[in-house]
Amino acid sequence: MTPEIPEPPETRRSPARRGDGRSSGRSSGRNRSQKDAKPDWTPREQSRPGRVPARGGGEASLDTLVGAKEIVVACGPGGVGKTTTAAALAAMTAIEQGGRILVLTIDPARRLADALGLDGIGNQERRVPPERFSQAGVKPRGELWAAMLDTAKSWDDLVRRHAPDPETVAQILANPLYRNISGRFVQSHDYIAMERLFEIHASGTYDLIVVDTPPTRNAIDFLEAPQRMADFFSSRLLRWLIAPYRSRLVTFASRPFYQIADRVLGTQFLSDVAEFFILFQTMYAGFVERAQAVGRLLRDRRTTFLVVATLESAPLREAEFFASALDERHLHLGAMVLNKVLPDYLRDRSATRVAEHLRESAEEVAEKVAATGPPALGDREAVARVLRRVASSFLDFQTVARHESEQRKELATSPDLLVAVPYFDSDIYDLEGLIRLGRQLWA
Amino acid sequence: MTSLLDHRLLFVTGKGGVGKSTVASALALLASTQGKKTLVCEVEPKGDLSALYECGPTSFAGREIAEHLWAMSMDTEASLREYLKINLRVPVVGRIGPLARAFDFVATAAPGVREILVVGKLCWEVREQNWDLIVVDASATGHVIGQLAAPQAINSLVKVGLVRQQTDWMLDILSDPAKTGLCVVTTPEEMPVNETIELAGRVGAETTVSLSTVIVNRVLPELFGANEEAMFEALCAEEVARTLAVESGGDVGLIFEGAHLAVTMRRTQAAHLDRLRKHIDAAVPFLFLPYLFTRVHGLRTTRKVARAIDEELGS
Repeated sequence: MTPEIPEPPETRRSPARRGDGRSSGRSSGRNRSQKDAKPDWTPREQSRPGRVPARGGGEASLDTLVGAKEIVVACGPGGVGKTTTAAALAAMTAIEQGGRILVLTIDPARRLADALGLDGIGNQERRVPPERFSQAGVKPRGELWAAMLDTAKSWDDLVRRHAPDPETVAQILANPLYRNISGRFVQSHDYIAMERLFEIHASGTYDLIVVDTPPTRNAIDFLEAPQRMADFFSSRLLRWLIAPYRSRLVTFASRPFYQIADRVLGTQFLSDVAEFFILFQTMYAGFVERAQAVGRLLRDRRTTFLVVATLESAPLREAEFFASALDERHLHLGAMVLNKVLPDYLRDRSATRVAEHLRESAEEVAEKVAATGPPALGDREAVARVLRRVASSFLDFQTVARHESEQRKELATSPDLLVAVPYFDSDIYDLEGLIRLGRQLWA
Repeated sequence: MTSLLDHRLLFVTGKGGVGKSTVASALALLASTQGKKTLVCEVEPKGDLSALYECGPTSFAGREIAEHLWAMSMDTEASLREYLKINLRVPVVGRIGPLARAFDFVATAAPGVREILVVGKLCWEVREQNWDLIVVDASATGHVIGQLAAPQAINSLVKVGLVRQQTDWMLDILSDPAKTGLCVVTTPEEMPVNETIELAGRVGAETTVSLSTVIVNRVLPELFGANEEAMFEALCAEEVARTLAVESGGDVGLIFEGAHLAVTMRRTQAAHLDRLRKHIDAAVPFLFLPYLFTRVHGLRTTRKVARAIDEELGS
């Protein structure tokens, strides 16, 4: 799974990292190897842990936050730039703090691969070529790696790991329903993302892993995924459901179910389902144990969550909901990142007055301009039209900018760290663009 | 081609965050004001409809929230109950508890089982001719294919049984372009456009439903017409700006900067729109809805969007 890697580069230097008070071998990138892959779970203390970098220190920034963490999970509603934010943050960490940094994405967008100078990203981690950085005019202190989650392949790996023998592996992989659970079962995506994160983290290869989360129907689904997966396989109901296919003995309690199910779905289908579950049950112990370990990793103090949103009503509402969901689960909300924020100057009060005046008296102003200005501005009516348009447009955007600013003030759950990233006038299509965004995050 | 609101069943999908629910609500509102008896159904009950109509909570039962307009939210368990009640005539109420939970397990592993209850309920409403139009605030682009393709998925997995017989009439409804249509909502931004293009391909390949319209939401206005941009640049010259400052009572620098931003934003959008148009079958009509320069949602916004759709359909 883990790629062949030469000696690690310069370790990230971060005071916050050392100040964390944990001195296991894992906290130094230099000492990590495959051998100490065994996770050492530091139980999280019960009293609201980990709000270290921000409060009290006075100097809250993403840079100190990620310096103290090994895993950053970027989450939030869809369409707000989660993937790009995660990649930009990883790139900045590689540049500024050094070490080996991985961005684990679930977004199959070509664009990110292109921006990172990789011809496609796959399940296997790949290093972003250092030349890309020199082309962008920076000399990173560390390495940037990237990997993309391949759900189906990761599931296959999981089955190979947990199934008791090769025969069962083959049977499971061949089961018609298996492909569906690995490909379409929505939560399987969430679960597998977290599972893969666990796997990579346990390998001890990276100093920091920045992961962006799948676009879920419900933003908190992936938080529940490990537990749900464990529940699923340990459920009494599951055993009850497959019992008749094991023992050929339909209990009194389950008879009505089978009578109805037979009529509706047909016996063959039900026995296909049952066979699938019977096979899957062989992996039960490994699965549950693993799901619990994944859950612990998310709660571990070395993990922090970054909620990414925009200041539009719907995404922001979702992000707030998400922040409170993290809180309830004792997961560490490190920061909230607000993307695509309109620039502050749009809210300038004196500019409002000027714009209003310009809109109301465009004719008079145009007349003066036509009289004194260059010949290109001789058409009074046309100039008035342009001025009116410009002024109204400013006032329109101002409405949005003001509303954004209100939303920002009203943020119900105020995270320790709120980072606003201005609207970028073009899409990010190369490493330079990512770094440009990264610097805004970092500042 | 059937005009958009003349369908019986209209699925509205789109990438998360593009305003899919707003557009679905607006379409239903528009149809109802035209006198069509309209049902709007929220497939993922997140309370969007309730917020967009300011109408209080919605449920599986459906509720009249305005003249000719009913709203409901999907609930697969309730749909299963209804299905069993209609089809098996068994006294299920007492026994449905464990049944529904067991069903949950089956549905988790088998594709299409949960989805068929969503699509099945909607098709049933069409077959019963309860409505002139059903507008479905469907799942986002990532999941909608699974719903629309549910009857085929079930057909391939379930070889006998009641369900098998019923997928046929569902397929009849879904594959009739005069009855059933799919609207994809997008914004002129990179990722939503990518997903729309991808979805358009998958709809054709994996489902029997036809893509009837692409609705481009939040399109920024073109700030300048021909020649006007050159004029604007001339206005930006230093000495002209001085005159303007005197005449309008203050510095116009920020206002002009705002105009530059607006032009750039619009230009970025235009490039994505071109790409979108190029990749979608030319026979599929596009509707363009303006950016509303407000970031709140509510009945007022829903009405505005409905008016914008009305204008686009009329032209």
